[in-house]
Amino acid sequence: MSETNPKFTVTIDGQSVQVDPGTTILNAARMIGGDVPPPAMCYYSSLKGSGGKCRTCLVEVSKGSEKDPRPMPKLVASCSTTVMDGMEVKNKSSEKVIDARAGVVEMLLINHPLDCPVCDQAGECHLQDLAYEHGKSNTRYEFERRTFDKVDIGEYIKLHMTRCILCYRCVYVANQLTEQREHGVLKRGDAAEIGTYIEKSLKNEFIGNVIDVCPVGALTDKTFRFRSRVWYTKPMDAHRECKCCSGKAVVWMIGDEIARVTARKDQYGEVKEFICNECRFEKKGKADWTIEGPRHIDRSSVISANHYEVDAPEHTPLLNKA
Amino acid sequence: MSQENIQFPEPLLQEVARQIAKFPEGKQKSSLLSVLHLAQAHFGYLSEPVMDYVARLLHILPIEVYEVATFYSMYDIKPVGKVKLEVCRTGPCMIEGAEKIVAYIENKLGIKDGETTPDGLFTLKTVECLGACGYAPMLQAGEKFHEHLTEAKVDELIEQYRKNPIANYLGLENYGS
Amino acid sequence: MDRKLLLEHIGVEGIHTHDVYRKNGGYKAVEKALKSMSPDDVVEEVKKSGLRGRGGAGFPTGMKWSFIAKPEGVPRHLLCNADESEPGTFKDRYLMEKIPHLLIEGMILSSYALGCNQSYIYIRGEYMFVLQILEKAIAEAYANGWLGKNIKGSGFDLDLAVSTGAGAYICGEETALIESLEGKRGNPRIKPPFPAVKGLWDRPTVVNNVETIAAVVPIVNDGGGAYAQIGLGRSTGTKLISASGNVNNPGVYEITLGLSVEEFIYSDQYLGGIKNGKKLKACVPGGSSVPILPHYLVCKTATGEDRLMTYESLSEGGFATGSMLGSGGFIVYDEDQCIVRNTWNFTRFYHHESCGQCSPCREGTGWMEKVLHRLEYGHGKMEDIDLLWDIQRKIEGNTICPLGDAAAWPVAAAIRHFREEFEWHVKEPKLCMTKNYGLVTEKTFETVNG
Repeated sequence: MSETNPKFTVTIDGQSVQVDPGTTILNAARMIGGDVPPPAMCYYSSLKGSGGKCRTCLVEVSKGSEKDPRPMPKLVASCSTTVMDGMEVKNKSSEKVIDARAGVVEMLLINHPLDCPVCDQAGECHLQDLAYEHGKSNTRYEFERRTFDKVDIGEYIKLHMTRCILCYRCVYVANQLTEQREHGVLKRGDAAEIGTYIEKSLKNEFIGNVIDVCPVGALTDKTFRFRSRVWYTKPMDAHRECKCCSGKAVVWMIGDEIARVTARKDQYGEVKEFICNECRFEKKGKADWTIEGPRHIDRSSVISANHYEVDAPEHTPLLNKA
Repeated sequence: MSQENIQFPEPLLQEVARQIAKFPEGKQKSSLLSVLHLAQAHFGYLSEPVMDYVARLLHILPIEVYEVATFYSMYDIKPVGKVKLEVCRTGPCMIEGAEKIVAYIENKLGIKDGETTPDGLFTLKTVECLGACGYAPMLQAGEKFHEHLTEAKVDELIEQYRKNPIANYLGLENYGS
Repeated sequence: MDRKLLLEHIGVEGIHTHDVYRKNGGYKAVEKALKSMSPDDVVEEVKKSGLRGRGGAGFPTGMKWSFIAKPEGVPRHLLCNADESEPGTFKDRYLMEKIPHLLIEGMILSSYALGCNQSYIYIRGEYMFVLQILEKAIAEAYANGWLGKNIKGSGFDLDLAVSTGAGAYICGEETALIESLEGKRGNPRIKPPFPAVKGLWDRPTVVNNVETIAAVVPIVNDGGGAYAQIGLGRSTGTKLISASGNVNNPGVYEITLGLSVEEFIYSDQYLGGIKNGKKLKACVPGGSSVPILPHYLVCKTATGEDRLMTYESLSEGGFATGSMLGSGGFIVYDEDQCIVRNTWNFTRFYHHESCGQCSPCREGTGWMEKVLHRLEYGHGKMEDIDLLWDIQRKIEGNTICPLGDAAAWPVAAAIRHFREEFEWHVKEPKLCMTKNYGLVTEKTFETVNG
């Protein structure tokens, strides 16, 4: 096998890993784990075509490959650049990267409202985490921010375009998970917006997944919005018999009640098994689900600080082992 | 406009077919930009039923049409005047006096950039570089370029278009509409 | 005297028609290539000619052609980029309007060289009147057997069609052009894969500028070697320059690369000097994206040598004291022009034209526009100048496509060379609304670099 399928060695911030040809720098970094992986706001491994847009995962390639050791002249998007054998990459160890990333975060924030205390995504918002890690405490932007009215796209989904960072993930979800895409990116430049053009509801039975892939609070679950701060809820792995999807989900409990249902996310916040609308929006009774046990949340956020599994030490989450 | 009234006349349908035939089979979406130009010229602007009609003509999703129609600056998704006066405002035109020309037209027609005269005849729009930098200042009306503009020339143009308002884009007489 | 390779017959009555074009030596290159040259021979001549992309990047055309993938059974496409939208540039329009068959002949030759049987000209939507000229000329070319099946009995088939844009500068970027030609929003693609491998409908594709493709005609007629004899060093051949701004004779000129900038601006054969006897303040030699040069760096380089119209000489000194030949959009500013206003104007353009896909360009171009607007209208702060510098620095090199760089460079160059004029706008907020700053003082090479 090793002869027909040679592995490439790539070194990121001084740590080496062997990967298959065709692997992106970002995924190689995720294989190393720890704090090596660059942040990613638009890339989503299960959504084909995603990535390359937000520019938060820019890294420096200080050595192109064993064959051609020249460094790459510009920083590259690690999510869409594949490794070469002998490549050396600098992420956190590169001042250029840290500087550029701070720039990207600043750009993402100039038109994003800084009202996290009253945002429903707070506590599980990737932009919030990113800004905390890479941003500056003050803003240099002194102009009016772009705002939009909140709209309902259907019975279950609220779109608050003001918070959108145009990662396009929700468009890929609709393209790849539903039969007929009804929403997309309209207009262009900083006037671009996610929309249905005419106010349409998104009806497809998998469309609820746009909520899970949204890295910010632009697409939220109307059945849960402002019912509770997410860190007061208790996430539990649960499953049910479902004709439509795997039925494997996380139910977020307030006391004995199921406040919301989401798909299961890994430590990068990515869903590997998408769930259907019925599971997500319509099954809120405890009797609808077989509860497996507390959900371990790896991703650094206020939710993981709760460490629910202390209550249930015997539980081993299936999906979250790096 | 109701759904039923949205229909190209036969000559325009033939033109649509000619645009589609420029591309291999199954790649008819490639003709979308051209067909939208035709639709805008014929129907005046790209209303939602017009865009849905184009989607049906090309067998694509309506959202694919909305995404494109709202991306390109030449498409009007709101009603506009019969004659669109599009004045170039970019660098070389600016240093040759484009701002004065815009102010002159605003004053003469009593409308601001982006507005339409109450009689629905003229819409004034400032646009980015149209590739006439050496013949600045300039404006485009329909598909015609008017270059080396002066106030007197603008007077003449407006007079001419008042008498004979041209349709927006494409010599539609070619298609019998 | 300049050699005219593209515009030699431009003054001939009726040259836009097939018959007149043919009488003046038109389609001779196609006859020659189809009769006596293999496709690889044509590629070889183009390589020998040293022809570089005339759209702005200046990449060697022959080399670009040699990258095209040739998987068995997969059609390849040649696309002509006629989306000319770089402010200051109007040469392609001139060429297509006046002598459309030259482009068609170049398309046939280039398609033959690349093994393409279905080629397209993508023209900006605002050039609808040019599109109609091209379509007429293409119909004539079909009628005369230069297009279609088995061209002149050679066994080579080629279909050529024109398709239109609809108002988007970004579609001049080759992958955005491809997206647009697929009937989509003009969002540039993430590279790799490059178009040479996966382009139009995921097929191997080459995208070349109008002028580049037209230049293949004289290269095939006279040989790549002869073409390479014209020009200077690695800047071979002739170049169409679109001249605009405060000069006596604006317009399109075909110059031999190597002409001195001074002669180009001041000689009556070309621009005839600055209008109304005014002084030269600045020049943008290659379209709005390239760095602006202050008067003292236009005709001479920082080391005192004559500045020439070549890729190399215009970029002499790097961005510190040089610029680029770019698309040949040559914009001249006299002493009465305001650099801050011009920079704001260009930045507004890039803000308007950003596709919005990637964050630094989507957000940064608008931010720069707002700060520049504030400075121009007398509400600026001294820190704004450094802020602008920092924003452009964070856009440059960090975006998906070159539009980010194109938006950043003019801002950087304006601050680099005209900082005192920016500062004056802050210090004299009232005065700057009623008068212009005038000429900037000359800086030494060391100050510019420091």
